[in-house]
Amino acid sequence: METANPSSADVQAGALERNFAAIEIKNLTKTFGNLYALKEVNLSLETGEFLTIFGPNGAGKTTLIRILSTITKATSGEIVIGGIALKKTPEQIRRQIGVIAHQTFLYDDLTAEENLRFYGKLYDVKNLNAKIAEIISEVGLELRRNDRVRTFSRGMQQRLSIARAMIHEPQFLFLDEPYTGLDQHASEMLTGWLKRVRGSQRTVLMVTHDLERGLEMADQVAILNRGKIVFHERRAAIDPKHFRNRYYEQVARESN
Amino acid sequence: MISKVGAILWKDILSEYRTKEMLGSMVVFSLLVSVIFNFAFPPGSELMREAAPGILWMTIIFASLLGLNRSFVYEVDKGCLQGLMLAPVDRNVIYLSKALVNFIFITLVEVLVLPVFSIFFDLNVINSLLQIFLVLILSTAGVAIIGTLFSAISVNTRSREIMLPIMYFPVFIPVIFGAVQSTKAILQEQPWSVIWGWLRIVIAFDVIFLIVALLTFEFVIEE
Amino acid sequence: MKATTSTNRAVVLLGGALLVAMIINLYLIFMLAPEERSMGQVQRIFYFHVPSAWVAFLAFFVVFIASIFYLWKKDRTYDMVAYSSAEIGVIFATLVLITGPIWARPVWNTWWEWTPRLTLFLVLWFIYLAYLMLRSFVEGEERAARFAAVFGIVGFLDVPLVYVSIRLWRDIHPSPVIAGGEGSGLHPDMKLAFFFSLFTFTLLFGFLLIYRFQLQKSTIAVSEIKKQLAY
Repeated sequence: METANPSSADVQAGALERNFAAIEIKNLTKTFGNLYALKEVNLSLETGEFLTIFGPNGAGKTTLIRILSTITKATSGEIVIGGIALKKTPEQIRRQIGVIAHQTFLYDDLTAEENLRFYGKLYDVKNLNAKIAEIISEVGLELRRNDRVRTFSRGMQQRLSIARAMIHEPQFLFLDEPYTGLDQHASEMLTGWLKRVRGSQRTVLMVTHDLERGLEMADQVAILNRGKIVFHERRAAIDPKHFRNRYYEQVARESN
Repeated sequence: MISKVGAILWKDILSEYRTKEMLGSMVVFSLLVSVIFNFAFPPGSELMREAAPGILWMTIIFASLLGLNRSFVYEVDKGCLQGLMLAPVDRNVIYLSKALVNFIFITLVEVLVLPVFSIFFDLNVINSLLQIFLVLILSTAGVAIIGTLFSAISVNTRSREIMLPIMYFPVFIPVIFGAVQSTKAILQEQPWSVIWGWLRIVIAFDVIFLIVALLTFEFVIEE
Repeated sequence: MKATTSTNRAVVLLGGALLVAMIINLYLIFMLAPEERSMGQVQRIFYFHVPSAWVAFLAFFVVFIASIFYLWKKDRTYDMVAYSSAEIGVIFATLVLITGPIWARPVWNTWWEWTPRLTLFLVLWFIYLAYLMLRSFVEGEERAARFAAVFGIVGFLDVPLVYVSIRLWRDIHPSPVIAGGEGSGLHPDMKLAFFFSLFTFTLLFGFLLIYRFQLQKSTIAVSEIKKQLAY
C-alpha cells in the first residue's frame, strides 16, 4: 500500500532532529536454507556519511544491498533507514533510496528518455519533463536521449543508470560494485559523480572490491567476509598504504 | 495507481513494438498449428468442422504459452524486475499491468488468427461475431489472469518452458471446456441459455482467480 | 524436539487403532457385506475406490488450508503439513485411478470411461503432480514452499470449477454411471461396510500424515544441525 509519505527534507530533518543514525543495521542475518549469507551484521551511518564495504566474491555484499533496497527480506535483525523501520513500511523507504548495481535496470529497446520517463512515473516525480532534461544533461547524455539503450556503451549505460537512480532525488544511495566493467574514462566519471554526491548530504553505502576507489571516498570502511563484518573502522584511522595488506590478511584469516 | 499501470503497460507495448518478437512468433506459430491440424483430418470432412472449436482453442492456448513465458523472462534475465521492485510500486500493480499486457497481446493474436482459421475450417463466423468476441474476451482474460501468475512462478524454476504448461493445463480446464463448448454452441446456433451455461463457468473462473492472484502475487514475486 | 515423546506415543496409539480398524474393515467388506446382485464380487472395490477418493479430497483440502496458513504466518510447520498431505493425496488419487478401471473393466468391458468422478480425479492427479514437480524444480526451500503454497491454493479452488465443467460436458454426452451400484438402495450391511471403510481410510490418512510430517521434521532438524556445524 502506498500511504502518504514524508518528503525527503522531512526525513532528513527528522533524522537529524531525533539524533538517529541515518542508517541503522542491527544483527542482520540472512539465511538461504542451510547457508548463512549474512550473519549478525551491525552497521550504522550518520546522515551524509559514506561507507565502503569491501569483500571477496560470495561475501554477502550483494545480499546486503538487496536487503537494504527492500528487494529481499532479512531472516532476522532490525534495519532502520531515515527513521523508518524496513520491516514495517518498506514502501515508504523505497521513495528515498536509489540503487546502482552492475545491472543497469534499463530496458534495451527503449530510448534513454523513455527509460527515464518510465522510472520517473513509477516514482511520481513532479515536473517530469524538466527533471528528465536536467538529469540527462547532468550525466552528459543529452545528445543520445532519443537513442535506444541497446546502442549505448557500457559506460554510457552506467551513466544512464545513475540518472535513473537519481531521478527521484533519493536521500540514500546504495551502490553494488558500480565500477565493474567500466573503462578508465567511465570510472573517472563515476568517481567524479560520487564526489559531488558526497557534498550533497546524501548517505551512501557502497560495496566494491576496488580498494583504491573505495577508500578515496569513504568516511567509514568495513570488510565483509563470508557473511560477517570482520573489520570496521573510520577512514581516518586507516593508512591506505597498509590497508591492502590488512585486507588480504583479514580475508585469508577468515578462510582458515 | 492507474498512471503506474499505464506506465508499465506502455513500456511493455513499446518494447514489443520495437522488436515484434513476441507477437510475430505467436502469430506464426498459431497459423502453423492450424495448418498442421488441418492435415490431421480428412480434407473437408464433417469431423474437421466438428473439431474446429477445439482446435481453435488449443491453438490459442499453445500460442499464449509462448507469449506468457516471454512476459517475465525478459524482466528476470535482465534484472529489470528488481528495478520495478525497488520502486514504490504496489506488487499488485505489477501483476495487473503484466496481466493486461498479456491480455492485449493474446487478443491481438486471436484477432489476426481467427479470420484465417475460419477460412481453413470453413466456419461461418460473421453471423455471430459479437458472441464469438464475448467468448474470446472472457476466455483470454482467464488465460491472462492465471497465465501471468503462473509464469511469474515458472520463470523462477529449472526448465521453465515445461513447468508453465504443467501447472497451467490442468488448472485451465474449466476455461478450455467453457471456451470450446460455447464456441461450438455459437457455431451450431444453439440458444443463448446453452452458451450462457458455459460462459458462466468462464466468468466464475476469471473472477475467482483474479482475486486469488491479486492476493497471492506479492508472495510469488518477493525474493 | 521436546514434544516428540508425547507425539510418538500418539502416533503409536493411532497406529494401533488403525490396525484394529483395518482388520475390522476387511472383515466387514469381505465377510459381512453381501455380494452385489449385478456386478458380483468385483463390486467390493467400491469400498476402496470411494473412500480413496474421499481421502484424496481431504488431503487436498489440508494442502489448501495449510498453504493459506503458511503464506499468512510464514511458519515452516504449515509448509511441512502441506507437503506431506500432498504426497499422501497423490497416492490416494492414484489409487482411485487404478481401482476405477479395475472396477469398470468387468462391468462394462472397457478400461476407461469419462465419468465425472474419474475424469475429475484424472485432473486432480495432474494438479497434485504439478504441485510436487513445482517443489522439486525450484531452487531454494523457502521459495519452493511459497510457490507451492500459491499453487496449492489455486489448485484447490479450481477443483469445483473443473467438476462443474465436466458435469455440464457429460450432460451433453452422458455415459454409464457407476453410481448405479452406490447410493441407490444399499443394503444396511453394505452401508455399514462403506461407512466404516470411510472411517478407516480417514484414520489411515491421519496416521500417514502425522508419520510423514514427523519424518520431514527430523530431516529438517538434521539439516539445521548441519547448518550450525558448517558455520
